[in-house]
Amino acid sequence: MSARLMQGNEAIAEGALKAGVRFFGGYPITPSTEIAESLAKLLPKVGGTFIQMEDEIASMGVVLGASLAGRKVLTASSGPGISLKQELIGYASAAEIPVVIVNVQRVGPSTGQPTAPSQGDVMQARWGTHGDHSVIVLSPWSVREAFDITVRAVNFAERFRVPVILLTDEIVGHLRENVELPDTVEVYPRRTPKITRAEGYEPYAPDDDLVPNVANFGEGYHIHVTGLIHDETGFPVGSPKVTREAIKRMHDKISRAADEIIDVQREFMDDAEFAVVSFGGTARTAYEAVINARRRGIKVGFIRLVTIFPFAEKIIRELSKNLRGLIVAELNYGQLVNEVERAAQCPVKLCAKYDMTIFEPEEIEQSIDELVAEVNGNG
Amino acid sequence: MVERSYEKFFRRNRLPHLWCPGCGNGIVMKAIVQAIEKNPSFTQDNTVIVSGIGCSSRASGYMDFDTLHTAHGRAIPFATGIKLARPELNVIVITGDGDCTAIGGNHFIHGCRRNVDLTVVLFNNNIYGMTGGQASPMTPLGKKATTAPYGSVDRPFDACKLAEAAGATYVARSTAFHVQHLVKTIEDGLNNRGFSFIEALVQCPTAYGRRNKMGDPAKMMAWMRDNAVMKSAWDKLPEDKRVGDKFPIGLFYRAEAQDYDAAYQQVIDIAGGAAK
Repeated sequence: MSARLMQGNEAIAEGALKAGVRFFGGYPITPSTEIAESLAKLLPKVGGTFIQMEDEIASMGVVLGASLAGRKVLTASSGPGISLKQELIGYASAAEIPVVIVNVQRVGPSTGQPTAPSQGDVMQARWGTHGDHSVIVLSPWSVREAFDITVRAVNFAERFRVPVILLTDEIVGHLRENVELPDTVEVYPRRTPKITRAEGYEPYAPDDDLVPNVANFGEGYHIHVTGLIHDETGFPVGSPKVTREAIKRMHDKISRAADEIIDVQREFMDDAEFAVVSFGGTARTAYEAVINARRRGIKVGFIRLVTIFPFAEKIIRELSKNLRGLIVAELNYGQLVNEVERAAQCPVKLCAKYDMTIFEPEEIEQSIDELVAEVNGNG
Repeated sequence: MVERSYEKFFRRNRLPHLWCPGCGNGIVMKAIVQAIEKNPSFTQDNTVIVSGIGCSSRASGYMDFDTLHTAHGRAIPFATGIKLARPELNVIVITGDGDCTAIGGNHFIHGCRRNVDLTVVLFNNNIYGMTGGQASPMTPLGKKATTAPYGSVDRPFDACKLAEAAGATYVARSTAFHVQHLVKTIEDGLNNRGFSFIEALVQCPTAYGRRNKMGDPAKMMAWMRDNAVMKSAWDKLPEDKRVGDKFPIGLFYRAEAQDYDAAYQQVIDIAGGAAK
């Protein structure tokens, strides 16, 4: 396929189509609207369905309904809309419905700065809905990767029957790059029941990987789906044992596969004494800052979290054992830094920015210099 | 005992239901399956029952179809997704007065507007029953609720007028007393290709009737008998006779309009898309 100039948001729409998404429900919101606009144009061409709903909650509801009926689904929004979607993101966790939710982050809280970039939804992505729940959060740093990660997000949603948050930001969403997209991608098919009703099929009985093979509606299985805590039959049960096991399995199905889900890019780590941890659009700047600092003789490495949750705790712990200090660069008041601090075996310094503008490489370099001085006792 | 033909539509291992003695919900649930039974194009394999949250919405768990007990107020968006993803499925929504007209109000009017091919049955018990009797947007003026201890001053919705104004193509009301009429009303709703809305008045002796001195369940049903007026008779009633507790039942509105799936098929055709 020839190269095309496109935005991150358009690449997400292309990735969704290639991954087999055939249903999108959404609501207009800056800076994610291009995803809806692209899919409004593209989905009917492949016999898929685009629908603009009355609000963000309905956008979540309509895609969950379509997913239960067998379609691969995606929805997209930004911070304020994601807050509204949280109710049914929790439903998707509880009822184990495959769905991808794209969050093109902008400055919050509330209406905030609608057109300006931010990475302030890290914790919303993990803990936005109420109760204990599992979720996967992925973040791309380029237009091409926005495509690839959308495919991965759809596949993870299907494989683990879990909501996957594609946590991008206005930087990548509106970034235009020349990209070559593959004609075909690896696609994880919808899970299907392995036994019949007569053989005693139970929709929420976990398979070997702890994920249930829930039948699609309309296939004769007569399943019941609810947001109440349920046992393997799918029906609500008010017992401590069932509640404990349901919540535990929801977490275990993700944590058991964490090594496969977690993707961390590491550069210049062989001789590194220090390293910068970053993700998404900010990682582009951090990469340049690291190269500049190395030119000045500072042995600094680059760590980029492609998977933000489940958090790469083991990797950060191991890498940090050989480091004298870590910088966490994020476009917010300090969110991911708390996760890194929890795992790190070396001093951690936050490089935060929350003023509508993206990082300049010099700002991250300055943080690196300050960290070096601090650990050398000159701070 | 001879098996009653409609019993096959229930998950008998999930019964008895959790509703209070004297509750009207079971009557409407049975009326829905009796209406389904009369329509040969509705089978247990091609029909999905979607409900919200509240007393009414527990019905889905007792019905032997693919069933979806969604979140509070959200049944219509979920049902819309199912219908548009698999248009060949029949989708029925069970909701309550709080679920449909308070927290789900926006979804309700937009479902009507789009004319998605759904049949929505609202079990109107005039109260939030599951949470113990709080006022709903359909609690009549002056009636008491735990959150309206001196009588409700909030003007209630007429959900049928709301549905008609918002674009539903079949709008009717019946009651738990008028069972034959209720079954026929739901049956006609199922036959309408488009958004069908049926309000079914049900007695809630526990959370509503008791607090408002309406007597036992039989008395509440006798009240329905005495105060419901068929639409044809209601239309002839002069304004000064439409007083007290009198209210109209029957078919209020019916229109021919393209349903959403057919409309979207045109989009696919214009875009040059493959078949769904």
